[in-house]
Amino acid sequence: MKTAVITFPGSNCDRDMWVALRDVSGREPVKVWHGDADLPDGLDFIALPGGFSYGDYLRSGAMAANSPIMRSIKAAADRGVPVLGICNGFQVLTEAGLLPGALMRNAGQTFICRTVTLAVENTQSLFTSRYEAGEQINIPVAHHDGNYFADEETLDRLEGDGRVAFRYVEACNGSRRDIAGILNAGGNVLGMMPHPERAIEDDHGGSDGRRLFESILGELV
Amino acid sequence: MKIRIHVSLKPGVLDPQGRAVHHALEGLGFAGVEDVRIGRLIELEVADDTSDAALTDMCEKLLANTVIENYRIEKVGA
Repeated sequence: MKTAVITFPGSNCDRDMWVALRDVSGREPVKVWHGDADLPDGLDFIALPGGFSYGDYLRSGAMAANSPIMRSIKAAADRGVPVLGICNGFQVLTEAGLLPGALMRNAGQTFICRTVTLAVENTQSLFTSRYEAGEQINIPVAHHDGNYFADEETLDRLEGDGRVAFRYVEACNGSRRDIAGILNAGGNVLGMMPHPERAIEDDHGGSDGRRLFESILGELV
Repeated sequence: MKIRIHVSLKPGVLDPQGRAVHHALEGLGFAGVEDVRIGRLIELEVADDTSDAALTDMCEKLLANTVIENYRIEKVGA
């Protein structure tokens, strides 16, 4: 299995993501720089990490969404390669049009850095199959722009198609319908604001994020 | 040619920043402020033969996020 972590200027969770993928898959992920035009051949999984790519200039994720590597990532996603975007990675995926909606400034205007409880809303997806139906998990969030917005029609479609993967159990940042993570129509792209890669071993204060990686990497074996 | 791109939140999209500023204006004693919406102004200096289509394309692809924002293109001095 070949996995990759994309690094943009300003990414700061790329190493945590790299360690999570290595520990769960048993193989070292490839590190890919945003300015590379092409992805390595034969990738089975692509992760876009958290951080503040390009200093959040213009809008969070807007500049990174137009990086050279994003064209290759869109093409890979269209072919069905699983793509995971965490936090800034989620913002990049929405700005790039790989996921619907947008992530706006938190409703309370403040940066939120704490562990939150999420409801796993869909346990049938590539990314969530190792969670139990109705399960609640504890995962850290750390963001200023995590307020998920989409119009009512889009929200209804996401809900109807089972594309809401995670929801905040208690309102966190003003997100419409408390949405914390969503899937694309093909089910192979997941974007979420919380950081599962920061909760993969007990020393992190919890390991509820580990099964997300076990789900997706297990599906690929 | 100087261009100003006015980017604003779409009607219906909550603007917590605007609301906080509205509240602060009231706190300063300014009466009669009914609403505050905060947007962004982007100034471009472009070649005179830059087409309207190209300017629209710049807004659609990068300068505005049309999921949440509207934009207006102003040609300064035109």
